[in-house]
Amino acid sequence: MDIFLQQIVNGLVQGSIYALVALGYTMVYGIMGLINFAHGEVVMIGTLVTITVAGTLIKAGMPVAVAGLAGMMAAVLVCMALGWALERVAYRPLRNAPRLTPLITAIGMSIVLQNLAMMVWGRNYLTFPSFLPNMDFELAGAHFTAIQVIIVLVSAATMGALLLLVYRTKLGMAMRATAQNPAVASLMGVNINRVIAAAFVIGSALGAVAGVMVGAYYEIAHYQMGFMLGLKAFTAAVLGGIGNLAGAMLGGILLGIIEALGAGYIGDLTGGFLGSHYQDIFAFVVLIVVLMFKPSGLFGEKSGDRA
Amino acid sequence: MSANLPKPLLEAKAVAKHFGGVKALRDVSLSIRHGEIYGLIGPNGAGKTTFFNCMTGLYIPDGGGFSFDGTPLVANASDQAAARGIARTFQNIRLFGNMTALENVMVGRHVRTKAGVLGAIFQNAATRAEEAAIRQKAIDLLHYVRIEERADDLARNLSYGDQRRLEIARALATDPKLLCLDEPAAGMNATETEQLRELIDGIRRDGTTILLIEHDVKLVMGLCDRVAVLDYGALVIEDVPAVVQKDQRVIEAYLGA
Amino acid sequence: MNFGHFFRSTVGIATLAALLVALPFVAAMGGQAWVRILDFAILYVFLALGLNIVVGLAGLLDLGYIAFYAVGAYTWALLASPHFGLHWPIWAILPIGAGLACLAGVVLGSPTLKLRGDYLAIVTLGFGEIVRIFLNNLNAPFNITNGPQGITLIDPVSFGAFQFSGTTQILGFAVSGPQKYYFLLVALAILVVIINLRLQNSRIGRAWQAIREDEIAAKAIGINTRNLKLLAFAMGASFGGVAGGIFSAMQGFVSPESFSLIESIMILAMVVLGGMGHIPGVILGAVLLTVLPEVLRYGVGPLQMALFGKMLADPESLRMLVFGLALVLVMRFKPAGLWPSPERQRELQETGK
Repeated sequence: MDIFLQQIVNGLVQGSIYALVALGYTMVYGIMGLINFAHGEVVMIGTLVTITVAGTLIKAGMPVAVAGLAGMMAAVLVCMALGWALERVAYRPLRNAPRLTPLITAIGMSIVLQNLAMMVWGRNYLTFPSFLPNMDFELAGAHFTAIQVIIVLVSAATMGALLLLVYRTKLGMAMRATAQNPAVASLMGVNINRVIAAAFVIGSALGAVAGVMVGAYYEIAHYQMGFMLGLKAFTAAVLGGIGNLAGAMLGGILLGIIEALGAGYIGDLTGGFLGSHYQDIFAFVVLIVVLMFKPSGLFGEKSGDRA
Repeated sequence: MSANLPKPLLEAKAVAKHFGGVKALRDVSLSIRHGEIYGLIGPNGAGKTTFFNCMTGLYIPDGGGFSFDGTPLVANASDQAAARGIARTFQNIRLFGNMTALENVMVGRHVRTKAGVLGAIFQNAATRAEEAAIRQKAIDLLHYVRIEERADDLARNLSYGDQRRLEIARALATDPKLLCLDEPAAGMNATETEQLRELIDGIRRDGTTILLIEHDVKLVMGLCDRVAVLDYGALVIEDVPAVVQKDQRVIEAYLGA
Repeated sequence: MNFGHFFRSTVGIATLAALLVALPFVAAMGGQAWVRILDFAILYVFLALGLNIVVGLAGLLDLGYIAFYAVGAYTWALLASPHFGLHWPIWAILPIGAGLACLAGVVLGSPTLKLRGDYLAIVTLGFGEIVRIFLNNLNAPFNITNGPQGITLIDPVSFGAFQFSGTTQILGFAVSGPQKYYFLLVALAILVVIINLRLQNSRIGRAWQAIREDEIAAKAIGINTRNLKLLAFAMGASFGGVAGGIFSAMQGFVSPESFSLIESIMILAMVVLGGMGHIPGVILGAVLLTVLPEVLRYGVGPLQMALFGKMLADPESLRMLVFGLALVLVMRFKPAGLWPSPERQRELQETGK
């Protein structure tokens, strides 16, 4: 039974990361209906910036924890700027273009960012500096480390802050109004350009936080790491009902837990026929099954057919 | 009313539909006879379009049902409604905007034709003959609604009145027994409305039964053989215009008394 | 200047045919590698036109198209290689591959086609990944796909004694393997162009376009949208299956690596970048996106040397960087694609006002 609890813990940690990344997808999609394929690369750049900044500071003799925080701040700032630039340069000129045009642009930007990252950081795996001592806790047979606890706590705090922003501030209200109906929102005096830019900037900041945590968790980073992570996170967003903030959070955590449990049990379930290297298919199988029964995701609003 | 009543083409039996707690239709029963123009009126939100959508298979009724031409109508398939002979237009025009006017009408023939993928690829004689017939019928229909000179324009570039006409032509292309028009005069000026009146009258004279949902009471009363009034999702009255116009309940419904 | 009219005239067709025949011999002057690149360009034309039926005509956003290509490729690889010791002939394998791909399309499509556009995109994307992961792992406990190592020594295409691999003397000309494949692929591509053209202006093609434009209105005039979407999906998948088979035979080797998501995305990019729904545009997109990275592969290194006297950046990543930028820039300045249909062009100019 302890493998069950252990996998729940692992899933929760991985799921918190998915949730943070999924929020970036869902905010942009909710407001402008765009799948920002380049978001995964933003996360990747967040990880790599942290490695460079924190690594340099540690070498310069700064205490590890301070260097880590500084690295994270740098990553958040760089990613916010990147998100802003992406929207401004690549997507804004395409507001009225045919539906698939911005999708191709997003794919193009994803390729560009990946290869830029490869030029800057090289094609080898980089090690992430370990900020925390390797503490190990045990609860009811499940082991967890300090970094796992921190990941869950930081994710929860970040998501809480996002909810406060969206439901308690004027900017948040403008964002919700734009998501409902951009034309009406702009008639009511909402600056659509500002709202969309904000969605990109905030989503990228969340992505940067997620990127730092992925790095700290696996202690390894690579210019291609953003792709699969982004894909999974996007799956999580759709699973929860894309455009819905709570849906992205729950979808992310659910996906993390399903993957962990699936990887833990698939061997037993199939009599050893399928091994844990099938882990990656769970995300997609679950997604397909859920969408078959709930076409708008678990928490998505029903898109009514209007005549 | 005459002694030998024509048998009904469409019968609604106690149709009910609710959205959450809102009862949009409360057991509405009515019948439309062969060859008549039947008006369905009522204040905003009375349930006219909901009734329409239930009948054409866009919504599934929560109670009751329809029978068409003597047999029950499957409740949840709008493509089957069209196959049975019910065609409709939409309140907020729904054309295939990036297809030409002619193509819009041609695609309306879909349900009455049968060429498949293989026919299209091999272009056998039967397919070519069918294609020519589809084109001819579509051209004829554009003439019929008098927009033949716009045949090669994209539907989205037509004027509002022409779009309404095109939508009617597309519906007629399915060879309907019952043509349902959802507020066809909405947004039209007096001249356009008069032209529309003539068009609808002509379609009926050519043998198609018409169900007309309309806000323009004058148009309805002048054109329809019989009129039904909905209010708060319930049928108030179903009778000839002269009687409906004088009915106290109808007057109250419209004046909101 | 009207290309359409030119290509329909006799002189136009003759010129085009002469160009198509001369092309592989001209390319061979730069080495057989260029003929192989040409082969791939045509193969992608075939794939892109298959996807065009799904995305361009029926308006269904399919991000897992490569899965059907993979099904076709592995069908050929398993039925015509020493892996299982089978060496079936082309007229058996190609239909089986197309049929299996079609079946995969129906299996994926039937439960998911009621989904709205972007949801369908992610489901098809997921399906593509599932197929790839299975290909990667189905080497244990039974070795079906040979896992990441892939399958080697796959039989080339052959009709009776006529082999498509190796050089043959035809009418006194030495025709190389890639050149022979080129003509096979051109024949197939012409076939798929004709099918695309004929479908576009047919009862089925119009119904697809109607669904793309407005699904509710399409239903209201009696179009069975579910079946027609499934038909588009299945047809696109079958084309993918055929292309996969030829790919397998031409390469002599398949591995899961060739069927990653980026490949699906690439084919979609060809369709959209060229001009969705417009056949000449799609062809242009496919050729450009196949040839451009290769030109960059050979051009980027020497260009850096010439400009800066040393290699500043890894040519491989620089080439992909330029490629990504090209996608972004084309979409920025030609949002409907490089060569959109005249109607679409008009439409955009009007909304731009």
